[in-house]
Amino acid sequence: MAKKTFPTRRKILTGMAAAGAASALPDVTRFAQAGSHSAPIKIGFQVHRTGIGAAYGRWYERTTMAATKVINDAGGINGRPVEIVAEDDGTDPKRGAEVLEKFANQHGCDIAYGTLFSHVVIGSAPRAAELKMPYFVVSEGHHVASGMLNRYTLQPGITDVKSQVQAMAPFVASNLGKKVTMIFPDFAFGHNHRDFFSAAIEAQGGEVVAKLAIPPTETSFTKYFPQIPRETEVIYHVMVGPSVLTFVKEMGEFFGPSAPQIFGFIDSLEAVDFATPGLEFLEGTHFWEGMPRYAQADQTDYDKFYRAQVGVDENGASVDDPKDISTYAHMFACWETLFTIKDGMEAAGYTGPQDRTKLIEAVEAITDMPESNEHPQGAKLFNGKTHQVFGPQYISKVEGGKLVVQHTTSLEDGFYPDEVDYTTQSF
Amino acid sequence: MEFGPHLMLAMLEGLVQASVLTLTALGLSLVFGVMRVVNVAHGEFFMLGAVLAWWVTTMLGGNPAIGFVVALVVAPLLVGLMAAAADWLVLRRVEYDPERTIVATIGLLYIIQQVTLMTYGPDAHPVTPPFNTRLALPWYEFTDQGFQIYWPWGLSITSYKLFVIAAAIVTCLGLWLLMARSKIGLILRATQLDSETAQAFGIPVERVFALVFGMGAALAALGAVLVVPIQQAHYLMGGDPLLLSFIVVIIGGLGSLRGTVVAAVLIGMSDGIISVFFTPTLAKMLATLLVAMVLVYRPQGLFGAKPA
Repeated sequence: MAKKTFPTRRKILTGMAAAGAASALPDVTRFAQAGSHSAPIKIGFQVHRTGIGAAYGRWYERTTMAATKVINDAGGINGRPVEIVAEDDGTDPKRGAEVLEKFANQHGCDIAYGTLFSHVVIGSAPRAAELKMPYFVVSEGHHVASGMLNRYTLQPGITDVKSQVQAMAPFVASNLGKKVTMIFPDFAFGHNHRDFFSAAIEAQGGEVVAKLAIPPTETSFTKYFPQIPRETEVIYHVMVGPSVLTFVKEMGEFFGPSAPQIFGFIDSLEAVDFATPGLEFLEGTHFWEGMPRYAQADQTDYDKFYRAQVGVDENGASVDDPKDISTYAHMFACWETLFTIKDGMEAAGYTGPQDRTKLIEAVEAITDMPESNEHPQGAKLFNGKTHQVFGPQYISKVEGGKLVVQHTTSLEDGFYPDEVDYTTQSF
Repeated sequence: MEFGPHLMLAMLEGLVQASVLTLTALGLSLVFGVMRVVNVAHGEFFMLGAVLAWWVTTMLGGNPAIGFVVALVVAPLLVGLMAAAADWLVLRRVEYDPERTIVATIGLLYIIQQVTLMTYGPDAHPVTPPFNTRLALPWYEFTDQGFQIYWPWGLSITSYKLFVIAAAIVTCLGLWLLMARSKIGLILRATQLDSETAQAFGIPVERVFALVFGMGAALAALGAVLVVPIQQAHYLMGGDPLLLSFIVVIIGGLGSLRGTVVAAVLIGMSDGIISVFFTPTLAKMLATLLVAMVLVYRPQGLFGAKPA
């Protein structure tokens, strides 16, 4: 008898859910006024929260949340709020494909987005095509533009490695030296660097005298450096993974006072403080940056806006913790990709998963992306046939422990003939 | 780089690796020798040592040397206590049954790794070495003017790496003195020989087991504290030391401390040298092949006693 007076577990849960929904109501009504479909657009965010890409993942997530807030504050997409459904892929290709399945089957996401590490992209993209889910990657790899992937996979936020290194080669050959030793991570992303920079520097009359491939999970590096030939004029380094700082430090210890010219991709020191002991030798060396970490003298208002929204100070660190250095040279691409998704969905009149192919066609039709709050890294050109965007690249020099931009490449520096036309592929 | 300086650099790098590996493998071997427990979580105790070293040096701040010295004492001690507690709470309850202890330590592995991920986070953090001077090393050549000393490009080591080698040698000597000359060593050896008889003679075997498990983990943690200023502390760093320690312990003979030291130097040096001249992958392949050969032709290991 007494038992009946107690609510059952199910009733409590239903009550809690109703209360939760009610408390979320004011937010919903704001969007309901803007359009008839107030259900959120769900973007599945494949994020490297753990594993070797975790430092990038943390900042990709912060950037994504900041961009989503800007989009939602301005009324969302087609009058609907955007909801980010984040899932950790452990920087693991197998897990990456599983996460895409979760987005499609469990969360009912409209699209998938956000992957960085190239092996995860390559492992996940075929699944995206099978699930017929648009997959917006933020990875730099040449695998999108090479034709290796499929019509559902697009890269509208960040320039691919082939274009980046092609734009770097003239600067390296004319300012630093012509005999280059390359040090790169031994997986798809690193192989892009190896193949395309070798070709690009040869086109400039230079040559690659040695290629050192290092596994991205390696923890000790001195044993690789003796393979650097004595004739080397320029060290070209690009490294990823949790041990990047060890890599750069040991390189400094190896060379001591007699280092050749050093040109690095900032990947080797993303999320690492330049003031860390052992990095003093980098003074005067050059870095590629996708976007300048330190606010430059000629900082644009767009960069100011973007920095403030994401919560990054003028040194590229978190405003809450000056020791928490961002992955500033890469994470802008999350921001820009989300705004491109917004543009695409608005152009396609996207209402739900039945419009996914319309969305892809609308994004394929995009060409110019002017420099703006939505594209703070610089004006870009999107190639709908290859699903790849082309933007400016920055070459910076370490001066007084900070990166100062020396040269900004033009879009044309990075153009190469199309290798695929995805628009001819059927959905 | 020419062959001579190249080989010298390879050997120096190999020695540093061998030093850390010796300490880690000694811990694994000690635990197996006395307790007959295959500790799969050993690599995670190594990782805990590195993470705690980062934690201690960050908490203390100030001069890196002071933080490092404190970490050198505190991290192995804390890890040892945790391991002893794990022994008391888990391994004792499954009565040190070989199969069940393996499963239990696999569980420990995941618990330690995931708790570290949840608290310390997924990032790698550096620990500043207490001192780190680059020492360029000379080499010799015979030219028209006769014997000459010169300074080859890249042939160098840091003072801290030399310290790691020295610290490992001192620790090994200390462990040997403890095992061979002290009363605790006598009790440990008695328990290793025959734990039932030892118990009959009034040795508190359960407490000895907790002590040994703690010591084994503390040795791994000590190795990690030594290596963390060279590498960085990361929650996934326990995998390689575990694999290499098992390789070393199998080659050296499970439970044989002398064999462990010899095998650790052998594997560490060959890994260093093969990595430098060929590839690190080949080094791992050859080490694993050696394990297979040892298991087939000399299952008790190079220095292990034949099973009675």
